[in-house]
Amino acid sequence: MVTNRSAYNPGISLLPAENHARNGRRKNSDCGSLWDLLDAVKDPEIPALSLWDLGVLQDITQIDGAIVVTITPTYSGCPAMQVMAEDIAATLRQAGYDNFRISTRLAPAWTTDWLSELGRQQLRLYGIAPPRNESPIHCPRCDATEIRLISQFSSTPCKALYQCRDCAEPFDYFKPI
Amino acid sequence: MIDKEQLKEFVLRLGDDSLVLGHRLSQWSSNGPFLEEDLALTNVALDYVGRARMFYGYTAEIAADGSTEDSYAYNRDCRDFTNLLIHELPRGDFAFTMARQYLVDEFSLAYMKRLKLSRDKTLAAIAEKAYKEDLYHLRRSTSWILRLGDGTTQSHDRLQNAIDDLWGYTTELFEMDELDQEMSKADVGVDVASLQPEWIRQVTATLSDATLTVPANDWVVTGGRKGIHTEALGHMLSDMQFLQRAYPGQQW
Repeated sequence: MVTNRSAYNPGISLLPAENHARNGRRKNSDCGSLWDLLDAVKDPEIPALSLWDLGVLQDITQIDGAIVVTITPTYSGCPAMQVMAEDIAATLRQAGYDNFRISTRLAPAWTTDWLSELGRQQLRLYGIAPPRNESPIHCPRCDATEIRLISQFSSTPCKALYQCRDCAEPFDYFKPI
Repeated sequence: MIDKEQLKEFVLRLGDDSLVLGHRLSQWSSNGPFLEEDLALTNVALDYVGRARMFYGYTAEIAADGSTEDSYAYNRDCRDFTNLLIHELPRGDFAFTMARQYLVDEFSLAYMKRLKLSRDKTLAAIAEKAYKEDLYHLRRSTSWILRLGDGTTQSHDRLQNAIDDLWGYTTELFEMDELDQEMSKADVGVDVASLQPEWIRQVTATLSDATLTVPANDWVVTGGRKGIHTEALGHMLSDMQFLQRAYPGQQW
């Protein structure tokens, strides 16, 4: 009898060290309400996903009275990064904050492993198959695993285009990087 | 010990490589052979232009002289660009574009794998991302080489012509000048010469699988790192830089 299933399940997702550190920064932050405020900022290409759940929002600190929001870009050429920064600025301004800057941190490099569990669920509900490192890709609509690759690249650089052989619907797959 | 000036020049080279190839790929936008391929070409172009922005942004940070990523892209002339020549050749037909992409992808993947280990944390972080993107790029370009090479007589001949026309530009990928040697010695850059044997082995294997012939090394063109370019770059820049030249400082 298997008593500890997880030990036998190679597909179990462990929390990456960077995400653990990120969670810690949020939990121990002096700017707790700002984190909650910025939960309203979504990925402009995937409006179901907040920047926090996407793993882009790294840190919020106060330096000499100014708010510093640190973000890490996703794909090198992701055009959404510019919009994300503008949306953060607009959200802060709307809430009455004027003294802030947005800083970009490249290292450590963003990876799809930083997508939160909630983010993965939201992707699926939105019709995008979340990234998988080993386990099979499931159709986000009917959950079938009988699928075929149509194109390595899809509507945005971060996605590939698949078709489900079961329900015949095409769908986007968020590629792991 | 490397100084600031050397690091700046080194990073600028990588920015030029990325921007010039990214721009060439972007010239396929809305002209791809079919929709999915149009998207793929544009997405790869985006990855490269994105890399250019990161390299140029870092160059500007090192220079700290008021330069920006835009000033490197738009306000420099041919002789100031130090990209490897293979990146600037006109996009040609689809076979040429994919042949170049494949040869560059095999190189870039090996290069970024080493650059990930750079002692320079910013370069290592850019390479970390670029390496993962290159895995996708290479998978796609390899499948096109196999499909076109081992396809119809026409696709085979066009691809073979493209490989023949490109071959003399591949030597430059593995040239080490003084700066490359210094950067490599400091564990910041990459010893590109050491990547050549594996590149040749891999490319030979793929071309053979695709029923293509590896060309003889009977001609070589180099000079990009010194700012000596083919006639193609000037024409490309006149188009790419037009707006900023005609209306300096113009913004969206």
